[in-house]
Amino acid sequence: MRDTLSSTISSVTDLLLRSQAAPDVLTEQTGATFAPVSPIEIEARAVSKTFGATPIFSDVSFRLARGEATALVGANGTGKSTLLRCLMGLIPTSGGSVHLLGQQTNEATGREMRDIRAQVGLVSQKHNLVPRLSVLSNVVHGLLGKHPGPRHWSHSLAPQSSRETAMHALERVGLADFAHRRADRLSGGQSQRVAIARAIVGAPKVLFADEPCASLDPSAGEDVMELFFRLVRDENVTVVFTSHNIEHALKYGDRVLGLAQGRIQLDATAASLSFADLRGLYD
Amino acid sequence: MTDIAPSQNERARFELARFERPSAISFLGYALGLVIIFWCLAGAGFSLEKVASSPPRFADFAARAFPPNLEPQVLSRLGWKMVETLQIAFAGAVIGVILSVPVALLAAKGLIAGPWVNQIVRTGLSFIRAVPDIAWALVFVVAVGLGPFAGMLAIVIDTIGFCGRFFADDMEATDKGPAESLTATGARKLDVVACATIPGSLPAFISTSLFALEKAVRSSTILGLVGAGGIGIELKVGFDLFDYPTAMTVILMIAVVVIEIELVSGWARTKIIGEQR
Repeated sequence: MRDTLSSTISSVTDLLLRSQAAPDVLTEQTGATFAPVSPIEIEARAVSKTFGATPIFSDVSFRLARGEATALVGANGTGKSTLLRCLMGLIPTSGGSVHLLGQQTNEATGREMRDIRAQVGLVSQKHNLVPRLSVLSNVVHGLLGKHPGPRHWSHSLAPQSSRETAMHALERVGLADFAHRRADRLSGGQSQRVAIARAIVGAPKVLFADEPCASLDPSAGEDVMELFFRLVRDENVTVVFTSHNIEHALKYGDRVLGLAQGRIQLDATAASLSFADLRGLYD
Repeated sequence: MTDIAPSQNERARFELARFERPSAISFLGYALGLVIIFWCLAGAGFSLEKVASSPPRFADFAARAFPPNLEPQVLSRLGWKMVETLQIAFAGAVIGVILSVPVALLAAKGLIAGPWVNQIVRTGLSFIRAVPDIAWALVFVVAVGLGPFAGMLAIVIDTIGFCGRFFADDMEATDKGPAESLTATGARKLDVVACATIPGSLPAFISTSLFALEKAVRSSTILGLVGAGGIGIELKVGFDLFDYPTAMTVILMIAVVVIEIELVSGWARTKIIGEQR
């Protein structure tokens, strides 16, 4: 009896200690117990943002686990892209805090912020390549977070190892043959694939994608989304993407966050949602 | 087919005054503008009488200046002076353009320097532009002595004032997207500027630089008036000695060279900016 009691106390103590020692572990309710799933990569705590006197969103809180793909949906002007930029620390929050890869971004120094971002990639709606430079130079630039300095300003100056890494990234998006072509000579779909290569070349732990196929025709958009998620799923990368395409949110997201009226109105697994559930966010 | 002609009532409703009556404040503004124009004309010694009497004098000058002096030794001397003028212009413009890039980086908002540095550098650039190139030439003649080197330094400073400001404006106006994408991956400010901002602004830089070169060629032709080298001294000597045929030769040479430079620069600008698209 005494042994049993002692064993039970020990187990409970152990469990409590483990939960305190590893606060960055997401737990998931599985029946009656909570099982650790994955470390937390991104956490927003009561984040708010205003531009002047105009509130964009407030009290936004969520935790995203490693390897999770989260779709951020909502009508125009709800602040999806702004929230994405707040998560990356590209613009300051007006309130609350963001923890990215275990570090609070609004308290990080410039150097610390660069170190965090070196583990992050961004794919934007407009691909944001430098038009006059070669495809390979654009991809090599994706390594600047890890290898700052003039040697990574151009593919011509880059060390052989970086050139090979960049070529490998281009190979993965199917554009190795376009390495020396000028970026402004590519089609929209090709440009977005180069932007994906630039985002993944540094082997990021977290990828942000802001409406990655909004400027593409439906077919090219589908190709880009397929490619993007095939690559990131292979590497267990955490992804946050915004989209107006409800089908994409349900197909590629593990989880869906819906922004409306300046708040998170929806937070659910994609599997538990229907098209109609998300359609309501746009009404 | 539906009749789309307006009805009588619609016609009355659509009848708007063609001109708006100015408000009292606008009227006072126009009146004040006119007063200022007349005040400036008075200050500039504007005289219709002098305008009316000038054609005969101009005709007299033209009669004494034509034909221009085309003697081989004069043409040879003036030709070499023109070469020196172009050397001053090219050397000054190239050095000025190169030095303008770091200056512009400090002047451009939101790139590598804070707002105080931006403001101080921009004020410095405004000062440089406010002083005419001929005044800079006088300053450098005092500093480094008579000759083309003083002229070249004047062109360098003048080019920095011009390009430094416009390069900064170009970089501020360039697409922020590539810079944001690199910032998001942890790149330093200097790396972002080198890899995204400057390549993005390059067509505008080239266009501005070509304008700077045209400006430098025009300036360098008159710097000789204050002893800073180039063909300007020949113009001054021509007029001082009433040798109008030689002065006319100088004027025509300057015109031909400046027009040629403008044509080549315009062609290069179209070629380079056109390739961008």
